[in-house]
Amino acid sequence: MSEKKKVQRRDFIFTASYALGAVGVGAVVWPLIDQMNPDRSVKALASTEVDVSSLEPGNSITVLWRGKPVFIKRRTQGEIDEARNVNLKDLPHPEKDEDRAKDPEWLVMLGICTHLGCVPLGDKGEYNGWFCPCHGSHYDTSGRIRKGPAPTNLEIPKYEFVNSNTIKIG
Amino acid sequence: MSDHNYVPSSKIGKWFNDRLPLLTLADHLKEYPTPKNLNYWWTFGGILTFCLITQIITGIVLGMHYVAHADYAFDSVEHIMRDVNYGWLIRYVHANGASMFFLAVYIHIFRSLYYGSYKSPREVIWIIGMIIYLLMMMTAFMGYVLPWGQMSFWGATVITNLFSAVPFFGEGITNWLWGGYSVDNPTLTRFFSLHYLLPFLILGLVILHIWALHVPGNNNPIGIDLKKPSKDTVPFHPYIVIKDLFALLLFLIVFAFFVFYSPNVLGHSDNYIEANPLVTPAHIVPEWYLLPFYAILRSVPDKLLGVIAMFASIFILVILPWLDTSKIRSAIFRPIYKQLYWILVLDVLILGYMGAMPAEGTYLLIARVATVYYFLHFLVILPFLGKREKTLQVPLSITEPVLGGSPNPQMVKKRERT
Repeated sequence: MSEKKKVQRRDFIFTASYALGAVGVGAVVWPLIDQMNPDRSVKALASTEVDVSSLEPGNSITVLWRGKPVFIKRRTQGEIDEARNVNLKDLPHPEKDEDRAKDPEWLVMLGICTHLGCVPLGDKGEYNGWFCPCHGSHYDTSGRIRKGPAPTNLEIPKYEFVNSNTIKIG
Repeated sequence: MSDHNYVPSSKIGKWFNDRLPLLTLADHLKEYPTPKNLNYWWTFGGILTFCLITQIITGIVLGMHYVAHADYAFDSVEHIMRDVNYGWLIRYVHANGASMFFLAVYIHIFRSLYYGSYKSPREVIWIIGMIIYLLMMMTAFMGYVLPWGQMSFWGATVITNLFSAVPFFGEGITNWLWGGYSVDNPTLTRFFSLHYLLPFLILGLVILHIWALHVPGNNNPIGIDLKKPSKDTVPFHPYIVIKDLFALLLFLIVFAFFVFYSPNVLGHSDNYIEANPLVTPAHIVPEWYLLPFYAILRSVPDKLLGVIAMFASIFILVILPWLDTSKIRSAIFRPIYKQLYWILVLDVLILGYMGAMPAEGTYLLIARVATVYYFLHFLVILPFLGKREKTLQVPLSITEPVLGGSPNPQMVKKRERT
């Protein structure tokens, strides 16, 4: 082209058509993508109530919440002391035990290794807490990551005591 | 391309061919000029086509009896094994067929690495092949989830959790993949749907792979350009067809051995326990064909970097035609590359073995060394070696080393210039 092309009215129509076409394609594609997200029936199972009256200190139970295991551990005084007397500088993901267990006796957390989602085993590992057999992550008595490939501490879900015997998760 | 002026002998054939030139295509495939020095490593393309068709046919049959639901999937697989007529045979062929498919594809890929088949002008064939390989891994992974055993469930959990390493969007992506907050029924049903779809995408890509092959023609063991058709080529039919069929027959002996004598040796016994979201098996191990990548994933202590290293180890292969700077294709004429090739083979085998072992102590150390070497080979050694290596004299034609004559005029000119 020898001459510099002048912007014409037709160019505006082209651009507007492409833009509208892109919006249209997006509007059609979005429902096809969003249908894969958690549906209403899955979201409806948002909370679980658990009776913990039979739990003795030192014992723990595992319950299913949203298809995921949740550890409920009634800790002994020794385990609480061990969790609270840790220098925060030694932790890869520093969190105070006081913030993780509001009632020091009760530790409620997702039983899902933050590495790749396996279920850690209780009362195992080098820190007397949990140990993930898949890729060797060690958690302490507060469920904090101490050693291994997992990047963060075991997650604490939203929960509350409905009464002294019942915990509502979610 | 061979003769395009093909005219069908029958009148009706000519009538049809004028409207849809299928007979011309058939003639092209029959007469397709093939280097006459192809060895048995070149028979795996045909074997792989056979594997794909076997998987599609047995898969369609299994789909008639399988129930894709978290409550019924495990039982429906046992139903196939015990009640369905020949169900055990069809399932064992499908399950072992996946392993045979990968065995053949690894030989096919390493053949290409040895003889430099990925180099110009065959880069697109190579890239399509790598996309096929990637789709094969996805298909195999999702297929392994369908029986809904412990390894299915926890394998699916570990692999989908790889995406949780993505910063900011990780949780959204995994929830989207799962259709929930963990691997569950919605995950199973979508995996079934995609496991059914992907093989047909692979089939389409295989057609493109072969089409792209037929433009420059086959590479060959000495890796030189050939004039086609010429004294250096033979028509595909019957020469290559018969050779491929013979190789397929030998391959089927191995295939049948696994199906009939040790159908479960390549699987994992934990997968005969129904999926349980509360209990993780002691050792989660992927199928053998994914072990080298699993070893790379585990050898990096950081979660995100481990995932990146694993995907990079596959992506690096896609750009291989530009990483290898040597103009000589075949390792036969590259004395140093030839040795490095075998070291790479050994390295990948070591990675595979370490992937099956627990990630601790000496195993982890060896896996780390092997991972570093894998990347070193492709990213540092190959680009450097191609510029420095003293290569051997390449013959002018396939017949030259045998008969001492029949020069390829193009090559003579090139040689005179240098």
